Amino acid sequence: MSDTQASSLTAQKAAEDTRGDEAPQFLQSKHEGYHWSAEAPMFLYAVWYLAFLYIPVLFLPLFSFNDSIYVAFPLKGFTLQWYGDMVDNPALLRALENSVKVGFSVAVGATFLGLFAAKAMTRYTMPGKGPITSFIMLPLVVPGIILGIALLVISNRLGMNLSLFTIGLAHTLIGVPFAMLVMVSRLEGFDRNLEEASMDLGETALQTFLRITLPLAWPGILASVLLTFTISFDEFILAFFLAGNEVTLPIYIWSQLRFPNRLPMVLSLGACVLVFSFFIVTFAEVTRRRGVGPQAGGAI
Amino acid sequence: MTDQTQSVGTSYGEDAQMSLGFRARALFLKHEWARGYALLSPTLLVMVCLMCLPLFMLVAYSFWTQNYLDIDKTFTFANYEAFFHKPIYIALMMKSIRMSLFCTFVTLILAYPMAYFIAFKVTSNKLIWLILITVPFWTSYLLRVFAWKVILGFNGVINSGLISMGLLDEPLQFLLYNPTAVVLTLAHAWAAFAILPIYVSLEKIDRSLLEAATDLGDTPTERFWRITWPLSLPGVIAAGLLVFIPTVGDYVTPKLVGGTTGIMIGNIIQSQFGKANNWPMGAALSVISMVLIASLVVTFIVTTTRARAKGS
Repeated sequence: MSDTQASSLTAQKAAEDTRGDEAPQFLQSKHEGYHWSAEAPMFLYAVWYLAFLYIPVLFLPLFSFNDSIYVAFPLKGFTLQWYGDMVDNPALLRALENSVKVGFSVAVGATFLGLFAAKAMTRYTMPGKGPITSFIMLPLVVPGIILGIALLVISNRLGMNLSLFTIGLAHTLIGVPFAMLVMVSRLEGFDRNLEEASMDLGETALQTFLRITLPLAWPGILASVLLTFTISFDEFILAFFLAGNEVTLPIYIWSQLRFPNRLPMVLSLGACVLVFSFFIVTFAEVTRRRGVGPQAGGAI
Repeated sequence: MTDQTQSVGTSYGEDAQMSLGFRARALFLKHEWARGYALLSPTLLVMVCLMCLPLFMLVAYSFWTQNYLDIDKTFTFANYEAFFHKPIYIALMMKSIRMSLFCTFVTLILAYPMAYFIAFKVTSNKLIWLILITVPFWTSYLLRVFAWKVILGFNGVINSGLISMGLLDEPLQFLLYNPTAVVLTLAHAWAAFAILPIYVSLEKIDRSLLEAATDLGDTPTERFWRITWPLSLPGVIAAGLLVFIPTVGDYVTPKLVGGTTGIMIGNIIQSQFGKANNWPMGAALSVISMVLIASLVVTFIVTTTRARAKGS
């Protein structure tokens, strides 16, 4: 006992000796560390907040590998059975296919509309810009349930059958504001002199768009496509009101929540959707934000 | 540009109809706003067709009535009268607003320090923090709500966890199916909505103002309340509205974690389009909710801008 204590003491001493030169600096930094200690609670809060954001969702993947149909501790054992059930489920695969179809159409449509609007907003001076922007942003603040039933009511009046098409229209409506936001920040971030130079050198508006605007706006377009796809892929409230016989993945998940014995399968499906969305969105956010900030200030 | 106009003129000049096109084109090239509006028009057209027309139709529906499967299109206030004569509707509306207000308050209190931290304390890797905050905002709302059902359930994560650790003998009943569960779940689901506007307004604050306050002898607390907080208020207000407005009409969260006591107006509206099958009544309830939310928001904005104008 005393031997180990002694040896640990000598080890400590040796450590202090080797650090000899750094010791004053170490003390100094401790003295200046007032700032750090003042900020420590904030940092801890931030970590706690991230835990609050992420941990609840992480229980879905955790229990999706648990070998029990009850979602409860203690964990019973590792299984891939629920993922197997998921792959063997034709209704689920059909819903997945539908979601991808709708999501892709929405991504293309909303990004086109968003790009036009963003180009108009950033490149032309015109009266009424403020009110028009607010109008385009409106779907973000109108509660989803209201948009959903309004679209349901009008499709009913126009005799339109509910289908993936009606879901796609609704998702385009909420996708456009996001697409425009993403694109405006991108278009504001590069030098508009480039476009003017191209026009001065004799290119037509279309050529300028294809050869200057499009390549420079490309990261924004990619981010917008990915984000609007994810919005549509994960959207439930509008799709719930506007789905006909063909359902999307979130509607399928909702319909399965009634059956307790399907819960583990829903967990594994949810885990896949979350991981998939997480990677797409992270990639989109990195693409979108990289290079926009500092350049925006420098170029204009 | 003049070259283009002329070439258009010579090729289309003879035809009368084309000359109209020519004039439109000239207007287009002469005025910047014309080009701007032309570029905007597809987007605006889609927005009008998909948002304005449906909302008008919804208002029209609220003045009609339903006889079994047929819609009676005679104009009537019957649905609105039903709302004001049945105390359950008014009570439910008030309860939804109270719950949303409370949820907004909780969300803002939790979000502010986080936004402050990212804006002022994070010096390197700010991008990573921002992305970490925004990613949950884009991912499935349904699944985030569902996760709370799994956590708070009778045999859920908390109960079974505490029991298997030996801290509890039988499951706690009060976790799920009540208004508190709804507020907690909503605060979690809308967290990212609140952080971004607050962060943006904090980031915009001119740092020299803070330095000036310190130089003139303010303590950090005084400085916060006299400079940072008032300047971040627009962000806080925006965040509050972004959380409050959608949560009033939410029906997914109350349905999954609210039980019978946590029910909100959104659930009643949804049931009018489902089991209860009374679309005009559902339309009237939505119109009333919209008008009520809009008037609350407008009153709030007007009072805060007045108060701020007075303050400065």
